[in-house]
Amino acid sequence: MDADPKLRILHALESQDTTVTFDDPLENQMILNMGPQHPATHGVLRLLIRLDGETIVSLIPDLGYLHRGYEKLAENMTFHEFIPHTDRLDYLSPLANNVAYVLAVEKLAGIEAPPRAQYIRVICCELARLTSHLVWLGTMAMDVGAVTVLLWGFREREKIQDIWDVLTGVRFTTSYTRIGGLAQDITPEAIASLNDFLDRFPSSLDECEKVLNKNRIFIDRCEGVGYLSKEDTINFGITGPILRAAGVDHDLRRDAPYLVYDKLDFNVPVYYDCDTLARFYVRMAEMRESVSLLRQALQKLPTGPTNAANPKRVLPSKEKVYGKMEELIHDFMLVNFGINPPIGEVYHAIEASKGELGFYIVSHGEGYPWRLKIRSPSFANLQALPAMLKGRMISDVVAVIGGLDPVMGEADK
Amino acid sequence: MKDLLLQKLRAQFPAAVELDSEFRGELTIVIRKADILPVCRFLQSDPDLAFDSVRDICGADYQRSDDRFEVIYNIYSLKNNFRLRLKVRVGENDLHVSSVSGVWKGADWLERETYDMYGILFDDHPDLRRIYLPEEFEYYPLRKDFPLMGIPGSLPLPRK
Repeated sequence: MDADPKLRILHALESQDTTVTFDDPLENQMILNMGPQHPATHGVLRLLIRLDGETIVSLIPDLGYLHRGYEKLAENMTFHEFIPHTDRLDYLSPLANNVAYVLAVEKLAGIEAPPRAQYIRVICCELARLTSHLVWLGTMAMDVGAVTVLLWGFREREKIQDIWDVLTGVRFTTSYTRIGGLAQDITPEAIASLNDFLDRFPSSLDECEKVLNKNRIFIDRCEGVGYLSKEDTINFGITGPILRAAGVDHDLRRDAPYLVYDKLDFNVPVYYDCDTLARFYVRMAEMRESVSLLRQALQKLPTGPTNAANPKRVLPSKEKVYGKMEELIHDFMLVNFGINPPIGEVYHAIEASKGELGFYIVSHGEGYPWRLKIRSPSFANLQALPAMLKGRMISDVVAVIGGLDPVMGEADK
Repeated sequence: MKDLLLQKLRAQFPAAVELDSEFRGELTIVIRKADILPVCRFLQSDPDLAFDSVRDICGADYQRSDDRFEVIYNIYSLKNNFRLRLKVRVGENDLHVSSVSGVWKGADWLERETYDMYGILFDDHPDLRRIYLPEEFEYYPLRKDFPLMGIPGSLPLPRK
């Protein structure tokens, strides 16, 4: 081979092989800083990208801009006091976080919520999945250029938040569950608005699919983008829709049933392409499954109490606290000294909208957890970002992040 | 599955299993610190056990005079639909543990988080940096001797 680059180009042209590679004399690689304030990083994710032209040579995610030290805070408050903090983890699906946390505490303390509460919790989880996926749908479609879907997604999410308003009393930071039950029962008004929503929602979903499913631009931006092989996806510990888009039929709702999921009938959508488009199809199919789950849960919703009859562990209702001595004492003890679960450690995980959301709690028999670890799906999923993007184009970054659907409140804890 | 797992582990590593216990249906095995990497490699590669993904790694500070810290591994076998908790006890004067990021890629960030919060050093980790806190921060906030309010002056603030 000739040492002179000019001669090499000439030789290459003569041999009709037009791809010439030689050392970059100008050091054309550049470092691009993306975030933490970037509209497509869905929060405060910062990426440091080394670029060669438009190709990504390497990429380093930088986390911690939303680190609030929730695990430290949890060690310094009672089990009940931590419930509002779980809202702020994955702030797109606060109800699912509430449910995941109290299920872990209930497993530790050996309490089981009554059937009605369990059905209402299923409704909570599925509504949370819908809101989370709707925000994902809107933002991801916007990231690859379809702004219309953002407005449609948020329009539907707004309706769900109106239901939350009736159900829990607030629209966003719900703090709805209690250890052993719920803050309040579901009202007929909430059921009516939920039914109304379920009747209309599938047609809006059809609308979104009509815009996207055969959209040339959308498919070109997503197909084959963010590819991560099935083996790598498993090895990275990725869970949720991304795992199911890589051909792994795994869903904790079915594989490790909690609440009353084993009494409900649902499919687990699985796609095999391992790319952003497959992740899109999985989440769209999941939303339809959620609608069916919500219908079934409403149909089967039993009557009865919503709080377990365990006065030493479960908060009494406020009316009784104001009128009865025994309940007042229990309320005082529970609020001031906590529920004092037995010594031990448990891990409980639910299939949240982004993957396996788990809480690992170590109890020393006191009112406070000795250690509380949040296993957040976004954190584990984000880890694969460099592997998905290496060697790809810079414009794929936003599509891949959109397909990963991270929420930084959860990843940074 | 539990019996098979313990039987296989004991046969392969007679001295590695220090303790096994079950609480609320969850199996916890305490592994001798020196053996954690070969044990993890075995659990991942054994075709019957096939613990193919790591779901969580975290630390815990028990404020004991010996073996103050624990590193807790939460691993999952998709094939058997089985979750296992491994534990390694780490003393305060020897904070080194072998990294398992060569076995499961997902362990990389989880070990960085454990290092960030407890100061446990993972040997042969490809990139052991703090993950949440700034690199110049000198303390490990989830240790029990770190106060909830923080340590004044531990982060540089603008001058008056």
